[in-house]
Amino acid sequence: MLHERTITELRLGLENGEFSAEELTRHYLSRLEGPSQDINAFITVTGNIALERAKKSDIDRSKGHAGPLSGIPIAHKDVFCTRGVRTSAGSLILDKFIAPYSATVVEKLEQAGAVMLGKTNQDEFAMGSSNENSHYGPVLNPWDRTRVPGGSSGGSAAAVAAGLCAASTGTDTGGSIRQPSSFCGVTGIKPTYGRISRWGIIAYASSLDQAGPITQTAEDAALMLEVMAGHDPKDSTSIAAGVPRYTDSLANPIKGLRIGLCQEYFDEGLDATTGKLIMEAVAVLESQGAVISEVSLSTTRYAVPAYYVIAPAECSANLSRYDGVRFGHRCENPKDLDDLYKRTRSEAFGNEVKQRILVGAFALSTGYYDAYYRKAQQVRRLIRNDFQEAFKTVDLLLSPTAPTPAFRIGEKSDDQVAMYLQDIYTISSNLAGLPAISIPAGIHGHLPTGLQLIGNYLDEARLLNVAHQYQLQTNWHKLSPPAGGTA
Amino acid sequence: MTTADNMNGWEIVIGLEVHVQLLTESKIFSGASTRFGAEPNTQACAIDLGMPGVLPVVNEAVYPKAIAFGLAVGAEIGARSVFDRKNYFYPDLPKGYQITQMDHPIVLGGHADIMLESGELKTINITRAHLEEDAGKSLHEDFQGMTGVDLNRAGTPLLEIVSEPDMRSVAEAVAYAKYIHQLVTYLDVSDGEMSQGSMRCDANVSIRRFGETEMGTRTETKNINSFRFLERAIIHEINRQVAILETGGRVVQETRLYDPDRDETRPMRSKETANDYRYFPEPDLLPVLIDEAYIQDVRNKMPELPSEKRIRFEREHDLPEADAIILTSTTQLADYFERVAATGGDSRLAANWVRVELLSKLNKASIALEEAPVSAEQLGSIVTRIRDKTISGTIAKTVFDGLWSGQAESADDFIASHDLQQVSGTDELEPIVSAIIANNPKQAEQYRSGKTKLLGFFVGQVMKETGGKANPQQVSELTKKLLT
Repeated sequence: MLHERTITELRLGLENGEFSAEELTRHYLSRLEGPSQDINAFITVTGNIALERAKKSDIDRSKGHAGPLSGIPIAHKDVFCTRGVRTSAGSLILDKFIAPYSATVVEKLEQAGAVMLGKTNQDEFAMGSSNENSHYGPVLNPWDRTRVPGGSSGGSAAAVAAGLCAASTGTDTGGSIRQPSSFCGVTGIKPTYGRISRWGIIAYASSLDQAGPITQTAEDAALMLEVMAGHDPKDSTSIAAGVPRYTDSLANPIKGLRIGLCQEYFDEGLDATTGKLIMEAVAVLESQGAVISEVSLSTTRYAVPAYYVIAPAECSANLSRYDGVRFGHRCENPKDLDDLYKRTRSEAFGNEVKQRILVGAFALSTGYYDAYYRKAQQVRRLIRNDFQEAFKTVDLLLSPTAPTPAFRIGEKSDDQVAMYLQDIYTISSNLAGLPAISIPAGIHGHLPTGLQLIGNYLDEARLLNVAHQYQLQTNWHKLSPPAGGTA
Repeated sequence: MTTADNMNGWEIVIGLEVHVQLLTESKIFSGASTRFGAEPNTQACAIDLGMPGVLPVVNEAVYPKAIAFGLAVGAEIGARSVFDRKNYFYPDLPKGYQITQMDHPIVLGGHADIMLESGELKTINITRAHLEEDAGKSLHEDFQGMTGVDLNRAGTPLLEIVSEPDMRSVAEAVAYAKYIHQLVTYLDVSDGEMSQGSMRCDANVSIRRFGETEMGTRTETKNINSFRFLERAIIHEINRQVAILETGGRVVQETRLYDPDRDETRPMRSKETANDYRYFPEPDLLPVLIDEAYIQDVRNKMPELPSEKRIRFEREHDLPEADAIILTSTTQLADYFERVAATGGDSRLAANWVRVELLSKLNKASIALEEAPVSAEQLGSIVTRIRDKTISGTIAKTVFDGLWSGQAESADDFIASHDLQQVSGTDELEPIVSAIIANNPKQAEQYRSGKTKLLGFFVGQVMKETGGKANPQQVSELTKKLLT
């Protein structure tokens, strides 16, 4: 089936004239109208735009101008601004917002020839680990429709898993690419902070937000990242370093590679079966010549608390612009300015967003700044130092992506701490700004389990190389969810 | 009461925060134009509007301007310049926060040495100066009770210059504001157009009994956009505070607004709604490190400062201090004067003509120096002819008028076409003087009997006879000679 093919395979089919970009796009669009779209992975399907671009791609190819992703159907998380198309960030407050410009990432993928099928569902403003916090309703996990796909890029991960697009974009602030990739059995990479431009991505926590691709394989992730990465003069925090050809180093042998197992990531909070599956994956890498050792990241237990100060603090300011004055939702008949602000924001933000704004405003307020925000920044520095210490003895760190496989919808809705602990293995790399990838590494009952690799700054090539070598030895990434998703 | 200085044993304490719009083509964090006076909201791009997903990028042109100001006031330049977010909600603040500098301003310390009316210098210490973005404007008129928002100004670069509470009188506060204005316009940091909001002051005012060491409770009067309003606002505020304290009341710490139409200040926000700005480092911008080489480069490109120019004028042009102060008040005037002096070949004469004749004519016509119809070179040609005694000072004024009204291109043309050349030869003057003496025998008699004051009468008659063209000095000498 066309939709089970990887980008690499689709490129070959397009090149050989096996099918046209238009045919491929029509195939995906029909799937988006068929039974598999019941997982609610998309907020907006842009069929006309997709067909237009697919036709253009076919013409380009006939003239010999095919870009690296020419004709490849992809989807963008709805946090990426797309010119002329609704960009909601999963929130009622932007339900009617048509972006007048595109994110740099969106433009780059378009220039590379990719065909946008639509915008995927997500937790509101990327705040959440289950995709239950969306104004457009929860996304269902294609492996089991009673379970969450993870979040916040739940729609993007579920769409790739369900064969609704060949690849998608996501953003990761505390694990929002990797955890849903783990829950949905797909590959997702969060690059080094600043590797991909944030221009046009609706901000949640600016110092942590980073975009990345979600794909079926590490090889596809390399293809996507080559296009998405690079310096952008419109983003002062984007890194000036050149972008390597990630696909060139995929075949490198991993003999002698030093992999560290962070002992704090194999703690009592980790589901036993998940832990066992991860150790089996470690054995596979070891058999390929990797050298395994244990390392300690002693600051790990402070990562979640520090994150839940810093991210809300930044979001409390980032979300101030949604005030009903210039764009987005505005309450009916405000009686004065205060009423306009209060009702607009009360009506149109969901509970999780409101809670984080309040927590963030509190952490920054006079008298609490030193105890919370400043302290959290100090913790952040210690976490960064901890990783640098670890990277003196190992090349990569390996851990589970999340402590459990996908949980049931509603299961953690009342237990915020349990929900926040979903990100315990992923959050540290955001705080440190390090690149990390999640790849499928086994089936837990009927649910996928993800393995995380964390690299040093700008070491995406090595992450992709190791992930690819692992995928050459395993078939976990090739498994598709059963039709209809059994409960 | 017109002056509020030193009243009833109250000591006045004033500190000023001066907001200066930096003279850049585009905004501090976007590429939108900063030009003044465009139709509302035509110079605000997605970044200025605070649209979702946009990011600020610092306009690097702001750094040399802020650094030049810092160097001019002898400040330390912050090696690490960091932007922060200042959070508050207002419709003319699109993002809900202002990007400013809190903990790591670009300019640290410094001082302004202002000249008091007594001629003494007084040092006003500068606490800091930091970069920030301006907000938009809320327009409350013409919207049937609604408020209009114009975001053209949003994102215009500002340098906020904060002084210590070192000023002790209204006059000092105005002198300090004028000093800052002169400095920023000299340095091309700002156009200084106060009527367009290019420089605005917030005045922190308190009073206390002389001898007290504790500061009184202060109020902050915001957004004052002229020197006159600054003076009036502070006077009003001092009088208000004196009245409160003398009747046993207490001054409330608050933000006030000066209303020039009613000449009063009134509270802007009450303390109940006082904002907690929740400052934190702006994560969208990285700290900027400013090294010594960069600062040196700015230093090398700095123009002559007002104080340096004044001292040079006193020395090179042999001018009294008072003249030098006036002629260096703006770079344009100083340049004009130097061109007049160079063309005319006599600095003191040039100074006199620029300071007295030119300035009063500009003043009367209410036009700026740039619009003066007489160029420095033309005025210089008049000075040349006074110097070589072709014309007298009195005739020179006629020539100046003639050039001002465009009747001739140069002083020489006007002198020639109006036959204004000074009559100075004894051969020409003696018959005229003799005739005047002969026609006024009574006055001649009185002069000879000792009433020498009448000399002026004879000189005046001769000047009248010659239509002002006679050389007054020669006439005077000839008259004396012929009357003895």
